[in-house]
Amino acid sequence: MLSRTAGCIYWMSRHMERAENIARVLDVSSQMALMPGGLAREQIMAPLDITGMREAFVASGVKATADEILLFFALNPNNPTSIYSCLRQARENGHVVRGKITAEMWETLNATWLEISGMTREKLKRMGFSRFLEWVKERSHLFRGATFGTLQRNDAFHFSRLGTFLERSDNTARILLVKAPAFSPSEERDTAAVDYYQWASLLRSLSAFETYRDIYRDSIVPVQVAEMLLLRDDLPRSLHACMNEITQTLESIQGNSGKEAKLLAAKVHARLHYAQIEEVIEEGLQKYLQDFISDTHEIGARIQRAYLESV
Amino acid sequence: MSAKARFYDEMFAAPGHIRPGYKAFSDWLHRRPEEELAQKRAEADWLFRRVGITFAVYGDKEGSERLIPFDTIPRIIPAAEWEMVSRGLKQRALALNLFLHDIYHEQHILNAGVIPAEQVLTNQDYQLAMQGLTLPNKVYSHIAGIDLVRDHAGEYFVLEDNLRTPSGVSYMLENRKMMMRLFPELFAAHAVAPVEHYPDLLLETLRDAAPAGVHDPVVVVLTPGRYNSAYFEHAFLAQQMGVELVEGPDLFVKDGFVSLRTTAGPQRVDVIYRRIDDAYLDPLAFNADSVLGVPGLLSVYRAGRVSITNAVGTGVADDKSIYPYVPDMIRFYLTEEPILNNVPTWQLRKPDECEHVLANLSELVVKEVHGSGGYGMLVGPAASKVEIAAYRERILANPSEFIAQPTLALSTCPTFVEAGIAPRHIDLRPFVLSGREVRMVPGGLTRVALKDGSLVVNSSQGGGTKDTWVLESALPASGGHA
Repeated sequence: MLSRTAGCIYWMSRHMERAENIARVLDVSSQMALMPGGLAREQIMAPLDITGMREAFVASGVKATADEILLFFALNPNNPTSIYSCLRQARENGHVVRGKITAEMWETLNATWLEISGMTREKLKRMGFSRFLEWVKERSHLFRGATFGTLQRNDAFHFSRLGTFLERSDNTARILLVKAPAFSPSEERDTAAVDYYQWASLLRSLSAFETYRDIYRDSIVPVQVAEMLLLRDDLPRSLHACMNEITQTLESIQGNSGKEAKLLAAKVHARLHYAQIEEVIEEGLQKYLQDFISDTHEIGARIQRAYLESV
Repeated sequence: MSAKARFYDEMFAAPGHIRPGYKAFSDWLHRRPEEELAQKRAEADWLFRRVGITFAVYGDKEGSERLIPFDTIPRIIPAAEWEMVSRGLKQRALALNLFLHDIYHEQHILNAGVIPAEQVLTNQDYQLAMQGLTLPNKVYSHIAGIDLVRDHAGEYFVLEDNLRTPSGVSYMLENRKMMMRLFPELFAAHAVAPVEHYPDLLLETLRDAAPAGVHDPVVVVLTPGRYNSAYFEHAFLAQQMGVELVEGPDLFVKDGFVSLRTTAGPQRVDVIYRRIDDAYLDPLAFNADSVLGVPGLLSVYRAGRVSITNAVGTGVADDKSIYPYVPDMIRFYLTEEPILNNVPTWQLRKPDECEHVLANLSELVVKEVHGSGGYGMLVGPAASKVEIAAYRERILANPSEFIAQPTLALSTCPTFVEAGIAPRHIDLRPFVLSGREVRMVPGGLTRVALKDGSLVVNSSQGGGTKDTWVLESALPASGGHA
């Protein structure tokens, strides 16, 4: 497959996944902002920290109200991580490779873009944030469904999957990283009410609340949350599940390029596959997640070099 | 009445008297309710828009994509007529390719004094880099679009040869698909010669052009990108042939070959069907600012390790200053008389012809020698005094940049317009493919000037298109198996 084509497909899927993840992060922070207590403020700011956009937001000079932060991530064209920017990037990349994706995929991208490009602050407020965020998630589900249901299982499919799971693993790690300081080896098992809601909303943002109940049949214990989101391989948004997909997909791509990307992906995968959560906490969750984020970033860079701009 | 009779009408031999080829169609047309036809036209419009068969317009403020208007009344050519036309096209394509080979090698035709040498050698499209380079099958213009018009008596004339990167064939194919979808019953009642195999013929032609010794050549279509006016066609042809559509940066030169950047590493490319101009092909050899091309491409080409179709340097043969000599080329190389004639042409570089043209500007069509696409021409009878005066100044500044032709009485064909059905002027662009042999699909792209009385059919100037039917002489027995 042409490198440029593979690159467009990869970034098309990454941006669509990113739009969905931003919607998930915003969903949680907007709900948490409604909670009583001093933590609401911290919650509103959380999306800025997760995406690393706090400085850019402060520089924009806009007052840091809940609405303004949400709008910054929903519609701001100057924010490269906004849902608007992600959906535009997804559509532009898809446009270039229209002949290599299916009509259903293209029409989903195009219709999504047409809708958000016609969206204004007023329209969004009338629609309501939570409905808007639901809509973003639905469009992402629809696009993924169209990809699964119609795209030939060739390298186009593989690069689409790579984009999706690299983006997703990065996002799950970042969401957890913001909570990492709350973990310590001496963690007591009594969780304050506010904490409980925070953990519950974190699980909900990753569509993992019911799964947690199903697996642990227990109240929310941070160590178990960490174990599930890092090490379980049957939860679609966990780091382990994402790395399963990434290593398998890399093996499916034709040709002998990408050995460096495969090597690092296999190492990261092994660290998740054979780890015990107690060891991870012992060594420090924060460091573990930071290493994971920089490793997946490096995997992305190696994929870029090996396949997408190869000589 | 007398005004209309100045033109050859494709459907009517005289008012109320229908030509044989159109008989069945005309009967059918009159049986259809007006609303149904209008609904079919709306459906065609909607389908073209949904599929995205559009072209970008240069100089348009919004840089918008426009739909080329499609007319649902076909242009019909009887088989016997096409038989003559296609022989004429083959003859012309053969002579033009022989000419191109000759001027980049021994230059017999220049030495014999048939064409003034300076006309060829100082032409801006004559490429010194092509001298002495022998191409597979000695073919230069693998894909030629030869524009034909008919005069008041119905005789076919060649208006111009397009030997560089002629476009429009995707509309020919899409128009046929659309007509078959909208009016299947018409195809049951007419033996319309098929055109759908054009992409197969094109791929064979491109494979024929591969460097000697390459048995399973890799072919790619090279496009300037999605902002080009013909991008839809580039993507369409690549997809129909099942080959990669590439942009300049997808290709690179290494170790004496051209390769494609792929996810599995470099892949050798043997034939490049380029849809970008010579000047942008290779920044090392031509326009150094070009980001559309491939650095080093020309050196690989000259070493015979990649084929470029159409070849570099074909522009010298479709230049309007060379056009007047094509009949002489046919006589010189083939020792035959031309089957298709040229439109009489005055060359303004000749003082006596220039004088004649300047005295008759209001009756003539004047064109730039290097122009194309209907830009920068003067249509005398349609121009105002001010426009003619301004154009005269341009001619006087540099007469050799212009040619002139009589205002052609282009044939007309009934066409749907706002007021109903009315005659509109048309031309025809058949696509002639030269590989190991010269081949074409029957017909071509019929372009129609939608404005009343207009003679300019170019899509960039508001022209539309029609499906073109070459009718086989006899209808096969219905439902019969051999």
